[in-house]
Amino acid sequence: MTAMIDITNAEKTFTMHLQGGVELPVVRGVSFQVEPGECVVLSGPSGAGKSSILKMIFGNYRCDGGRIGIRHRGAVIDLATAEPRQVLSVRRSTIGYVSQFLRAVPRVATIDVVAEPLIANGSARAEAREQAGALLRRLNIPERLWALPPSTFSGGEQQRVNIARGFISDLPILLLDEPTASLDAANRAVVVELIGQKKREGVAMVAIVHDDEIRHLIADRIVDVTSFAAAA
Amino acid sequence: MSEPLVQDDQPLLVADHLGKNYGRLTACRDVSFALYPGEVLAIVGESGSGKSTLLQLLSAQLAPTGGCVSYRMRDGVLRDLASLGEAERRFLFRTDWGYVHQDPAQGLRMAVSAGANVGERLMAVGWNHYGRIRDTASSWLERVEIDTARIDDAPRAYSGGMRQRLQIARNLVTEPRLAFMDEPTGGLDVSVQARLLDLMRNLVSELGLAAIVVTHDLAVARLLSHRVMVMKGGRVIETGLTDQVLDDPREPYTQLLVSSILPA
Repeated sequence: MTAMIDITNAEKTFTMHLQGGVELPVVRGVSFQVEPGECVVLSGPSGAGKSSILKMIFGNYRCDGGRIGIRHRGAVIDLATAEPRQVLSVRRSTIGYVSQFLRAVPRVATIDVVAEPLIANGSARAEAREQAGALLRRLNIPERLWALPPSTFSGGEQQRVNIARGFISDLPILLLDEPTASLDAANRAVVVELIGQKKREGVAMVAIVHDDEIRHLIADRIVDVTSFAAAA
Repeated sequence: MSEPLVQDDQPLLVADHLGKNYGRLTACRDVSFALYPGEVLAIVGESGSGKSTLLQLLSAQLAPTGGCVSYRMRDGVLRDLASLGEAERRFLFRTDWGYVHQDPAQGLRMAVSAGANVGERLMAVGWNHYGRIRDTASSWLERVEIDTARIDDAPRAYSGGMRQRLQIARNLVTEPRLAFMDEPTGGLDVSVQARLLDLMRNLVSELGLAAIVVTHDLAVARLLSHRVMVMKGGRVIETGLTDQVLDDPREPYTQLLVSSILPA
């Protein structure tokens, strides 16, 4: 197998104990693969389970059945059954997640928020900050803001900080949850460029994008999530 | 939290079917887990759930009525804490372990200076050069953001947040491999809590420290820990990666805990 991500029959049901044990099936029979250098876009209406699938691949949501094979450090690991320590190791060196919202770390300067993933993986601080600065500049975050914590920024600025933090890493898998929502045209174009660059570097990506134009620009393949609908 | 975990396949501490009864009352039953170097485990649950009893069992302050706790000593050998002599246990407490109490007055000597509070732990491991002790103490005060001009003041004269930061400095100065923390942000104002959490998060990752943090505050668990154990009625009812348990809770009680958080 050469695929970076190989999902077979994954399924997810929420049991809402506080609502009398209502079972909320989300997805069933989720099966697809993502090769290196490929960007797969999940499509389907809101509520179809796109974000849930992304969260299952990140190990944030538990998987109730099936298999989520991830190529991690030369071997395949099944995230559906992995130990917490293994999931953390996969997140550190294999899978990155760019969400719509920044979980602001209080008191940390923007430039350090962006540089942190590189430093965590052993890069020298100065070098990591230099790369962080280059990305922030590319995403049109003015240099006078770099020393401030991003929690004071506007929504669009925070999202760009988040994108910079997500794209700075050299992880072989990236999960993108609406990376271009609430960005203006110029910044959307930058994100499309960044995704193209990641593809050339052989990064496997799974994305959720609502904008048709962006989807055409980045998708190598579209996986329709409605076919995994777990009708109750 | 997404801090890196030190990769090490030998557990540092192992709890095996640990339990404690007080007569017919069961405070804690059948708890088993392994903690690895650099890993932060949060134990969450409401008061009376057995989490503080568990912390005392794990740190050998209380003898279990069932099961055992083993700890990997610096020589690499995993030993049952119950088999250690008093001197060995005291040695662990002085050097390899830290214990951060909810009430700093319990973990500090309130009448001696801040510098002495930190320096005392160094003297206990054999440091005897006054200048070096003072320099190290003062650099630790800086690390926990206490103005070094206050080094000769007793913690009695400190605010609650400063006392808690001083207690952390006192515990970490010997570079322990494991810290036990009992509601470390418990009695503090929210603004002071945020600063303390941020500081602890950084120290834990810089030092590669393993920690077991008892808290009823899920936000503390989310910010500090890699893994959580949810306790209820003396049992561990759910365990897993912190963001998994908090974002996708499975047990009725965990769902209740998570849904009871007031949005900020």
